[in-house]
Amino acid sequence: MKKLINRQPGRVGQWALGLLPFVLLIIAYLIASDARLAANANDKLLPALNSFADAIQRMAFEPSKRSGDYLLWVDTLASLQRLAMGVGISALMALAVGIANGTIPYIRATLSPLVTGLSLVPPMAMLPVLFIIFGLGELAKVMLIIIGITPFLIRDLQQRALEIPREQIIKMQTLGANSWQIITRLVWPQLMPRLIGAVRLSLGPAWLFLIAAEAIAATEGLGYRIFLVRRYLAMDVILPYVVWITLLAFAIDFMLSRYSRWRYPWFHQQGH
Amino acid sequence: MAIIEMKNLWKEYGDQVVLERLNARVEEGEFVTVVGASGCGKTTFLKLLLGTEQPSRGEMLLDGAPLPAEPDESRGIVFQRYSVLSHLTALQNVMLGGELQNSRWLGHCVGKTRKALQKEARAMLDSVGLGQAMDKYPHELSGGMQQRLALAQALIKKPRILLLDEPFGALDPGIRADMHQLVLSLWKSQKLTVFMITHDINEGFYLGTRLWVFDKPRLDPQAPGAYGARITYDLPVGNCEKNTLTRINRSVGNTSRAINDTL
Repeated sequence: MKKLINRQPGRVGQWALGLLPFVLLIIAYLIASDARLAANANDKLLPALNSFADAIQRMAFEPSKRSGDYLLWVDTLASLQRLAMGVGISALMALAVGIANGTIPYIRATLSPLVTGLSLVPPMAMLPVLFIIFGLGELAKVMLIIIGITPFLIRDLQQRALEIPREQIIKMQTLGANSWQIITRLVWPQLMPRLIGAVRLSLGPAWLFLIAAEAIAATEGLGYRIFLVRRYLAMDVILPYVVWITLLAFAIDFMLSRYSRWRYPWFHQQGH
Repeated sequence: MAIIEMKNLWKEYGDQVVLERLNARVEEGEFVTVVGASGCGKTTFLKLLLGTEQPSRGEMLLDGAPLPAEPDESRGIVFQRYSVLSHLTALQNVMLGGELQNSRWLGHCVGKTRKALQKEARAMLDSVGLGQAMDKYPHELSGGMQQRLALAQALIKKPRILLLDEPFGALDPGIRADMHQLVLSLWKSQKLTVFMITHDINEGFYLGTRLWVFDKPRLDPQAPGAYGARITYDLPVGNCEKNTLTRINRSVGNTSRAINDTL
């Protein structure tokens, strides 16, 4: 018999094993939920599946009694807009500063210590400052995401730019390239898949900052809703919202990964 | 006038002397192969020719004027690896030189210029035997094909000097022989001046018109960095006896052992 480390599950086995923990978790939840509801039919902590179905029906497919909006979709749209703006602006800034830092020593000498310093400021500690400066509107929430993830993105891209083989930079010069052309034809195209990779990693923190900002001051948004209904212990709303946010995060990550593989085959086929 | 001339050239890093008292003239059209033990300054010499390193003392002259202190179009280069840009196809790699020249801001050409560059690049790729691989990315090419591509990319700019830094070191022997033929034919047809670094002395004896051996004539085994390497042999290729080869081999072998032991 082979040693354990050399035994591989088959294709079907791989799927079955991957799904197993999810199935076990759901079963454990159902048993616990049943037990609690048997003891107290009004228990709010672990609602039964039909309560979830009711809540989803109420939030997603019936207009709200107070505002007439379909709350789940209004919340989703608001959150995704903030997330897209925050992450998009961060990515653009990171691309510009990261390339400049990684390519031009004089700019690196000037900006790199600043970026390192800024990246050590805890973004959540800046949130009150942002609310004071930018008010409670959209800008403060978007700014929190920007402040939270831009330093990380810049530092990552700067490092990647510095990792571009010296040979290729010399090669560009022997082909007659000036500094600007080295950026537009070598550094920028080679960093694009790196940027997508870094953005994928930063999406987790971006959601964190978004939900935190919405929890404190917002009038709609996924994070706002969760913290609003928390007052009524409405687990039947909170848990579907959490699952929905997770699905959104997964979908965004998946699309970015697929886009990168389609657009930059030369990068992904080199073992990245 | 000599295309490259070195006058009492020294290169030192702190108290480590890498190259000392180099004096040589190279005429246009010569094919110089440079051999020597690892750590004997071959690569440093190439960096001086490229312009990424400056001499500590003495002069390196290109056409009688000090060599530019950064790489430029007058000197093309092929490295052992990473010579071609991994995000461009073979055709785009070879077109790059022309695109950079014709579009100083974008580095991308359109329309008629692009068509002309494409035609030129296709002909170049055909001549190095990559006619079937125009639209492949470098990672889809074998090691030998990548080096052919690197040669095509460098030579389409028609540099006056071509620098080769152990370009075939990572290739199989059969492929290496094919590449020798290719380099020799390109050198003849384009009237290039070539400097080729290799650690394979036999390759050095076979290729080119002139062989330089970089070695340390004075060697302190306790401090191999105290004295630098010099050009200990400057031989016309195809014009030397078997004993010379043996003697060079023994001397280079001793040096590399001495350097190795102290590392």
